[in-house]
Amino acid sequence: MTRISLNSKKIETIKEICASFGNKPSEIINILHKVQGALGFLPKEVQEVISEEIRMPVAQIYGIVSFYSFFSMKPKGEHPISVCLGTACYVRDSEKVLDEFKRQLGVGIGELTDDGKFSLDCLRCVGACGLAPVALVGEKVYGRITPAQVKDIIAEYRDK
Amino acid sequence: MPDNTFYTEVEPDDAKEIIESHIIKGEKVERLLYLDPDKMQHIDNSKDMSFYKKQLRIALRNCGFIDPENIEEYIAMDGYKALALCLTQYSEQEVIDIVSASGLSGRGGAGFPTGKKWAATARAEADRKYMVCNADEGDPGAFMDRSILEGDPHSVLEAMAIGGYAVGANKGLIYIRAEYPLAVHRLQVAIAQAREYGLLGDNILGTGFSFDVELRYGAGAFVCGEATALIHSMEGKRGEPTFKPPRTSEKGYMGKPTNVNNVETYANVPAIILKGADWFSSIGTADSKGTKVFAIAGQIKNVGLIEVPMGTTLREIIYEIGGGIKDDKRFKAVQTGGPSGGCLTEKHLDIPIDYKSLADAGSMMGSGGMVVMDESSCMVSVAKFYLDFTVEESCGKCTPCRIGNKRLYEMLDKITKGKGTTEDLEHLRNLSNVIKETALCGLGQSSPNPILSTLDNFYDEYLEHVVDKKCRAGVCKDLIRYEINPSACIGCTNCARNCPVEAIHGERKAPHSIDQEMCIKCGTCLTKCKFNAIRIL
Repeated sequence: MTRISLNSKKIETIKEICASFGNKPSEIINILHKVQGALGFLPKEVQEVISEEIRMPVAQIYGIVSFYSFFSMKPKGEHPISVCLGTACYVRDSEKVLDEFKRQLGVGIGELTDDGKFSLDCLRCVGACGLAPVALVGEKVYGRITPAQVKDIIAEYRDK
Repeated sequence: MPDNTFYTEVEPDDAKEIIESHIIKGEKVERLLYLDPDKMQHIDNSKDMSFYKKQLRIALRNCGFIDPENIEEYIAMDGYKALALCLTQYSEQEVIDIVSASGLSGRGGAGFPTGKKWAATARAEADRKYMVCNADEGDPGAFMDRSILEGDPHSVLEAMAIGGYAVGANKGLIYIRAEYPLAVHRLQVAIAQAREYGLLGDNILGTGFSFDVELRYGAGAFVCGEATALIHSMEGKRGEPTFKPPRTSEKGYMGKPTNVNNVETYANVPAIILKGADWFSSIGTADSKGTKVFAIAGQIKNVGLIEVPMGTTLREIIYEIGGGIKDDKRFKAVQTGGPSGGCLTEKHLDIPIDYKSLADAGSMMGSGGMVVMDESSCMVSVAKFYLDFTVEESCGKCTPCRIGNKRLYEMLDKITKGKGTTEDLEHLRNLSNVIKETALCGLGQSSPNPILSTLDNFYDEYLEHVVDKKCRAGVCKDLIRYEINPSACIGCTNCARNCPVEAIHGERKAPHSIDQEMCIKCGTCLTKCKFNAIRIL
């Protein structure tokens, strides 16, 4: 894996976040939430900086990042797409919607398109079961989607 | 409207008429009133709608009726009165006795008696104790906790303070999913307001009792709904469960006695204190008291949250409140209890719902998700769907769950691909039972339930998959193909235009055909054809 170099501004941001939680190892989950919110994702270089700051082994931080599905070590697209695979969406055929997103974007789950515009993920229930099947583009919720609508949804964001 | 008038399908243009006629003249707008589908009559009082008639709202009492970001509206609904009553009139033991006598039990899934839990934490000797609220609503298809936190956050804070008083804890922690940003916001507002009004913090109402609440955020792990895993996650560790005993009431957060209850359980507490244990225990069945909130979703007409007394039957919920199956298809199964529950069928529709009868039927109460399925759902695929979920969410600590569930998933996958044998069905059952008996925590102990219940109730469907290599619901892609019946096809080209892979060919006004090599079996053509010319073989 190629290493990414973090610029000094980003390193400063991470340090500030750690300090705001008193550099306490028990606050690691809150720290990771904040850092991911600021930088978008948590590659190992970021984890190393946190490790230095709060004096927690980087292996332990990696253990936490990889355990929780909310944390990602890969960058997300400009328009992250998430298809809900909760039960209510599933029985209303969200899998077919997901397949169509995969086909249209040419990427698998957890992957990013070459131009960095879109990333595709699935998630488990956003509590919008009345609108099933549901997909999110960024924070916008699309309800009652059919596979045929997928192309149009992507087109909405293609040139944004 | 405040007078229980219920208008449906209201358009912006209707607002003028409603104001002029209903609000100014006091005449209801007949054409917009809810139409009873059975009697074909407009109903002018929402209490007479079958959707509401069977319901009784205790946990959801304020949701939708008050502004959740305004503490005064909650106080106007007798909010914090129960806390004041406990702090000034009742001893700690009396509060526990009331909760015990009410028969309230854990609404998160397992149904452990709440009073017993509180008593255990109260008994434990320590310099610090904690009250924890489990708001890590992980079951897909369940959103009752989210609705309570968004619609009535103070009811949970008040109950936590009451519990804190009863067990001797001064600190409350709410463990909430990061996926619920609005609920987080509402809780933050509610906590700040309660502190401002002196209902949280030091020396509440001048009684000398101090209690404060903080939020802890989850990060997307289903297993963190398990109490020991939840506590590890709050401590900043991987959310892995540990063996019980010791129970969290003895050794929980930071090694101190910790009482963990679910959101809905807490939401019941203030009402119980105010109206009394006898009132609460008069609702429900012999073993299960009070009401339960269910999230109904899936192939049903009315989707959403409902709250009914324990003992209501599935038939009443699905047909009277839920309005029946969507598109008037045939009911096939209802899945209760999320990934730990099971699928119930027609023959279970008349059992009264309580903790015990659902468990006896091979499912469970769980947190109250209820997904209704019609004949278009393949039960083998449904079981596979749940196992896929469990495999992904297993924390990996114990072998039966980590490896066993993966093997179960592989067997189901094989069956849905038409490569299964009848021996596989036996292996499925045996391995399921082994995992249930040997897994470390509730996740693994219940993860095979979706398989066992579908094997029990839909064995012939499994057999069809392995013997005849057929999927009657037309879901398993490897077992079906789409074909156009040339005598019914009029060549309207609708299917061809909508096919995402351009696999349908044919001249206009002449029968079309599907290129099986190119077809991805997405089913779009089937839904687009207006002439019933496309069939699944």
